[in-house]
Amino acid sequence: MSQATAEVAATSRRWRRFRRNPTAAVGLAIVALVVLAAIFAPWISPYPDHVGAVVNFRARHQPPSAHYWLGTDNVGRDILTRVLFGYRISLILAATVLIFAVPVGVVLGLLAGYFGGWTETIIMRANDIALAIPPLVMALAVTTVLTPSLVHSMLAIAALWWTWHTRLIFSIVRTLRQQEFVEAAKTLGASRFHILFRELLPNCASAILVKTSLDFGFVILVGAALSYLGLGVQPPTPDLGTMVASGADFLPERWWESLFPGAAILVAALGFNLLGDGLRDLFDVESV
Amino acid sequence: MSEEPLLAVERLSIDFETEGRVAHILREVSLEVPARRHVALVGESGCGKSVTMRAIMGLLTTPPAKFRGGEIRFDGANLLRLSGREREALRGTAMSMVFQDPTSSLNPVFTIGDQMGSILKYADRRLKRSRNAVERKARIAEVLGQVRMADPERISRAYPVMLSGGMRQRILIAMALLSEPRLLIADEPGTALDVTTQAQILKLLRELVEARGLALLMITHNLGVVRESADHVFVMYAGCVVEQGPTHAVFAKPRHPYTRALMACIPKLSGGGAMRGIDGSLPDYSAPPPGCRFEPRCPLAVSACLKAPPHFEVAQGQSAACWRLEATE
Amino acid sequence: MSEPLIDIVGVSKAFPIRGGLFGGSRGEVRAVNDVSFRLDRGEVFGLAGESGSGKSTIARMILGLEAPTAGAILIEGRDFADERDWRKRSPVVQMVFQNPGSSLNPRRSVGDSIAVPLAARGLERPARRRRIAELIEQVQLPANFAERYPYELSGGQKQRVAIARALAAEPKLIVLDEPTSALDVSVQAKIIELLDELRLRLGLTYIFISHDLSLMRAFANRVGVLYLGRLIETGPTDALFERPAHPYTRALLSAVPVVSDEEEALKPREPTVEGEIPNPANMPTGCVFHPRCPHVMATCRAQIPGPDQVGPEHIANCHLLRSSDARATHPLLLQESRQ
Repeated sequence: MSQATAEVAATSRRWRRFRRNPTAAVGLAIVALVVLAAIFAPWISPYPDHVGAVVNFRARHQPPSAHYWLGTDNVGRDILTRVLFGYRISLILAATVLIFAVPVGVVLGLLAGYFGGWTETIIMRANDIALAIPPLVMALAVTTVLTPSLVHSMLAIAALWWTWHTRLIFSIVRTLRQQEFVEAAKTLGASRFHILFRELLPNCASAILVKTSLDFGFVILVGAALSYLGLGVQPPTPDLGTMVASGADFLPERWWESLFPGAAILVAALGFNLLGDGLRDLFDVESV
Repeated sequence: MSEEPLLAVERLSIDFETEGRVAHILREVSLEVPARRHVALVGESGCGKSVTMRAIMGLLTTPPAKFRGGEIRFDGANLLRLSGREREALRGTAMSMVFQDPTSSLNPVFTIGDQMGSILKYADRRLKRSRNAVERKARIAEVLGQVRMADPERISRAYPVMLSGGMRQRILIAMALLSEPRLLIADEPGTALDVTTQAQILKLLRELVEARGLALLMITHNLGVVRESADHVFVMYAGCVVEQGPTHAVFAKPRHPYTRALMACIPKLSGGGAMRGIDGSLPDYSAPPPGCRFEPRCPLAVSACLKAPPHFEVAQGQSAACWRLEATE
Repeated sequence: MSEPLIDIVGVSKAFPIRGGLFGGSRGEVRAVNDVSFRLDRGEVFGLAGESGSGKSTIARMILGLEAPTAGAILIEGRDFADERDWRKRSPVVQMVFQNPGSSLNPRRSVGDSIAVPLAARGLERPARRRRIAELIEQVQLPANFAERYPYELSGGQKQRVAIARALAAEPKLIVLDEPTSALDVSVQAKIIELLDELRLRLGLTYIFISHDLSLMRAFANRVGVLYLGRLIETGPTDALFERPAHPYTRALLSAVPVVSDEEEALKPREPTVEGEIPNPANMPTGCVFHPRCPHVMATCRAQIPGPDQVGPEHIANCHLLRSSDARATHPLLLQESRQ
């Protein structure tokens, strides 16, 4: 490839490709909206006080209208407001879980993949055992022993979530390990820390990025499922899953009380999924 | 006797359009492959020989490729005017390709017999012939014999991983011969193999051309291989054919400055004489030099070279596209 | 100075074949068998051979990526065969790998890649930056290349970076494993020219591995020919190429595709050797080349030939050189008597 052809800056090429990829663009747009909605919830929601222990009996079970865009729930709280605040909880949950699970999972995967032998056996067999436990069952166990709460459900999910990342990084590192640049680093006298974190880890970056964005969506779904079962966030804190559960009692006449929170979960998960897929397409092209 | 060659590429020009930029990959490429002849298309990486090959086989996706001019005539018919279906009917039947890497070109999970059987089935379908299983087996054995593989029965039942590199390359050639093609296009034959095995493969290809009257177009970057086996050579640089002629003539007296520079790069088995490189690099295909594409790197360049030179005949059947041919006498 | 820089003594490498349910050993593949050679400082020793010859395994053992199952690797008198501490090895031997695309970390810039051995040695950042700039200049790349990434570079440029990186470790010996086989000829010539210049300027010693014999002739001053893990002939380049003694060397030379008539005339007159290199797991008995040798005799099947002198410093392992009647019909000697 001639020098001149190679001179197009990497970022601008990537950005152009990203813009042309509808999946990624739509995903990014949705995620951006969700995140902004969550951040600015106190300022953009019409009835910010409805997140607390407020009761507004006169406006109970109102269908969507000009006053309450998404209607009101069984105690008269504005659903739109509670959805926006519900996004906050979902995103905080997902972020916290992943902040713990991703680094732990990645480091374990790196160690198991690079060193092999006993390190690999111990880590990966532990991984297999953890993978065999369904997250919901785990959550059930944890929140029964401890009380149901947001923190405890995060704990439960995080305790098992690292396993996926370990698996992913392990298989990537196993192939990367044979590459010449890794052997070169060894012969050049690089320390093991350097090889793991400065040579191998950057090559896993795209996979981690893709998986983490997809994970956001999944964790939100798992969190919503937990709250739906009453194991997660406790009322009156607005949570999308809890809202779906309490609204379910009033189906099908007061459809808006379950539908809108449910749709909100869907939109968030969808957005992250599309973003993750789009990122994957983007990086696939580059890695060829 | 001036007979129309089996394959004639005439002034083929192709552009590639990606991400808003247009790369002028091929400029007026012309070459000919007569029947019973082994012709080589030689050039370094990025010169456009693979693109030319794929254009002939009809394997270019348009877009991003765009044909800007020229013809590809096979047996008199302009391939570029044929429909996709007609083109496909020719591919794998009258014109066949031998791929470069025998390791990755064979499907590891099917036996050789299975793979050859499917190829034969598809070729027959296109040729509107029908063969039953017994006839197919016989044809496969026949073709394996043509590539000098003993014990076709055992080979048919083997998986690619059980065979050596040389054997796999012979099988790729055998696969190309199944449909009794008239033109064989070989992409870097033997490059992935050891020198001793490569020599065997080249010998085999020469025999096939002579004994079976095939026309063979060999694409390669290895000048030594060209000299060993080809009758005629076309030298490509940056999307243009810069020199062509009978192999012995071009090697004995290359006239184009690029051909000469290229020969000077090759280390000599006889030792002595320093290897010289060629300064500079390939031009940017999206903004190529207006005239001769070698001009920026050419030691003999003058102002006339800013205008593209046509081919001038320098000897019987040999020509070079250069304004400075008097300097390379 | 009589002590060689590197002395490989009787080095062998056998890989176990794993089989069975619990991965027990089922035999072994002898990739390298009793190989010995030595180099003086400043020399270029060429290791020629085709696939299965063991040349890459030897390179890896010298580098320390594999440990020999027998023999010693003496560098400046000290045996490095079992040295596992990379800090001790890296200032001694370095390698330039074959594939420039995979020997550089795609996620590290040129400067970062060259920095690896410098950081490993504990060089501080400002000193590192200066040294990187020096090295980039030494391999004739423009100064601003330090920020570039491998995907922006051509094959030749990548190899220059790989060379700079190897030099950064300040090794005594550099193993060049097919450094130019992935490059075009026009680029190859420049890289070889650079390597030669560096060797003279910095007093380096090279082990040059290649399957390209013409290149070997141009670059190496001594050559060793490997076949199936055994060194079957070694000698000064000119002597080995002009008077090849071993039938395999002759076969190899006669198969080289050359570009001129004068080279063609130089090639030994041998028929195209039949068959292919056998699987190293099924090593032939006696002389490893006997199944394909056009001059095979009875002893060749039974006995491994020992080294015989063919000329000054020129040694070949072939029974033809031993038996007196065989000597009379040895192709090399026939060729000479005809001249």
